[in-house]
Amino acid sequence: MGRFIVRRLFGMLLVLFAISILTFLIFNVIPNGDPALRMAGRHPTEGQLETIRQQWGFDKPIYVQYVKTMQKVFSGDLVSYSTQLDVDKEILNDAPRTFSLAIGAAIMWMFFAVALGLYTAMRAGKFADRSLTVLALIGISMPVFWIGALMNYYLGFRWKIFPNGGYVPLTKDPVQWAYHLLMPWTALSLLFIGIYSRILRSNVLDTINDDYVRTARAKGLSERRVMLRHVLRNSMIPVISLWGLDFGAVLGGGAILTETVFDLQGVGQYAAESIGQLDVPPVLAITMFGAFFIVLLNTVVDIVYAWLDPRIRLT
Amino acid sequence: MATEPATEFTFEGPAAFEEEAKRAKVAGLGPWRLALRRLRRNKSALAFGALFLVIVGICLAAPYWAHHVAHTDPYKNHLTDTVKVGGKTKDVVSPDGTPIGPTWHGRFFLGADTNGRDIAVRLLYGGRTSLLIGFGASLITALLSIIFGVVAGYFRGITDAVIARSLDLIWSFPVILLGVALGTALALGGLKIGPIAIQGDSKLIPILIIAVVYIPYMARPIRGQVLGLREKEFVEAARAQGAGPLRIMFTEILPNLSSTIVVFLPLMIANAILLEAALSFLGAGVRPPNPSWGTMIGDGVEKIITGPHLAIVPGLMLVLTVLSLNVFGDGVRDALDPRAKLHLEH
Repeated sequence: MGRFIVRRLFGMLLVLFAISILTFLIFNVIPNGDPALRMAGRHPTEGQLETIRQQWGFDKPIYVQYVKTMQKVFSGDLVSYSTQLDVDKEILNDAPRTFSLAIGAAIMWMFFAVALGLYTAMRAGKFADRSLTVLALIGISMPVFWIGALMNYYLGFRWKIFPNGGYVPLTKDPVQWAYHLLMPWTALSLLFIGIYSRILRSNVLDTINDDYVRTARAKGLSERRVMLRHVLRNSMIPVISLWGLDFGAVLGGGAILTETVFDLQGVGQYAAESIGQLDVPPVLAITMFGAFFIVLLNTVVDIVYAWLDPRIRLT
Repeated sequence: MATEPATEFTFEGPAAFEEEAKRAKVAGLGPWRLALRRLRRNKSALAFGALFLVIVGICLAAPYWAHHVAHTDPYKNHLTDTVKVGGKTKDVVSPDGTPIGPTWHGRFFLGADTNGRDIAVRLLYGGRTSLLIGFGASLITALLSIIFGVVAGYFRGITDAVIARSLDLIWSFPVILLGVALGTALALGGLKIGPIAIQGDSKLIPILIIAVVYIPYMARPIRGQVLGLREKEFVEAARAQGAGPLRIMFTEILPNLSSTIVVFLPLMIANAILLEAALSFLGAGVRPPNPSWGTMIGDGVEKIITGPHLAIVPGLMLVLTVLSLNVFGDGVRDALDPRAKLHLEH
């Protein structure tokens, strides 16, 4: 176990290193204009440009720029090119919003996916199964920013059932916190409910034929107990691993579209805005931040996996 | 995927046909004929497949609709024009900037946008762009995934290590983040690979970006399958006959991958269309004023307060298209991978 964690940490460092290089290259090797030119504003003189280049180190070779930028990422001195604000502070400021979105949505989509997956599996082939499966497919086929914008317009703007945008910290007022986040949670969940419920349905249909389920039934256990304790528990294993990965991706700013359409001002929206302005420092820091959570959740998932299924050994 | 999940495709692996072939009625039919029989019995998959063909058909007929029915083109503004609806003359865009809703007549069938452009015409032309991106990106993804997957799986060793690690690296980026980063960076400067130069506003840029982003999702399962296939007796037999690696890959391994590829394609096209929409929404996909479903939805979402139909119309079209591909793709998977189907029968 100890060795597994050490190996994973080492692997995590390697992945983060590779990702930082890739991100840096995307924005520096592909010709996208001179960052100094963008920072100098309208009609800069050659002298002004030269000063900016020297100040920010754009005249140095690219690997020197990379090392300098990475040093700043970890020392917390990283400053955005466009707004000149401290990047790490911005991310810390946005993180609670993204955490709130991720936690609520993850609970919501898991709950509904389990209910839907179990129900459709038990009714496999019947009308309820077929119609709910089409419903799940509709969830997968909708762009999240489209359904989000429609919810915003009808539920928020027109009928005034939910507030339009805005975020209330959990520590300030938990009820308002949930009330403001209910629409983003729902919009983000729809897609995942569609994916998860279908995976769960096919897993349940797979396990339902296993010998130990027949044994459980033969022992005379109630159908409810068989389904929940024997079938569902074993069908959940692959879904839990997916859940960890997707939760990590949303935490790390992967919910760009949801955050943007509901104007949540989270890490994902910060990433989208920075990319739009080709503002390399925040993009680099956010990718590191995001990749950290993805790799971290990956490791946690593997440990939980081994705990749920004793046949798996961690090496 | 679209837009945001870590895994978008699940495929159960090589098909197990024996069970069904054993039944007297179908004994002797090949696996493809069996799959076709199963697909033909799946009425909803067929219906949605037909719906998809209809959508492709009407998008191809866009110029006909534009010239002979709507009498305009996708770029033309009609800000000061009027249109007759039910005997009354109405402004296309009213003085306060509100565009007309659906008229259900030849001109402005689905209404106008805030520039006074005919939405129905733009929808059809936009569909051509979105479908082109969907098909183009999927074909490139499939081609590159097959090459990477087969080469990595067949040669193993260092080749495999390099390819598999690179795929893992792309995979550990959220799809949307990588797509937006590439899209924004490339849109400004275009792309130059040797003698080939692609302009920043070319449709090829989103096609290539979407293709690259999805390669790991398809190449990884293919690699896994090839790792198993290369140990099979028929590969060994071919090798004993003196066949070289290239020949084995083409004549022995590739045909065995075909069902995987066929299962992936419709789902891949659906995801590519969704990703195009997401990229265009974030300003990193198709460049305005070129219409695509993504740019139209993005534009409509921005101006939803002026007229909800601006967002609803292109969104519904996209959902219908992606849904039809998903349902049809599901049917294809069930037909080629009967394990799921067999469970349904008891």
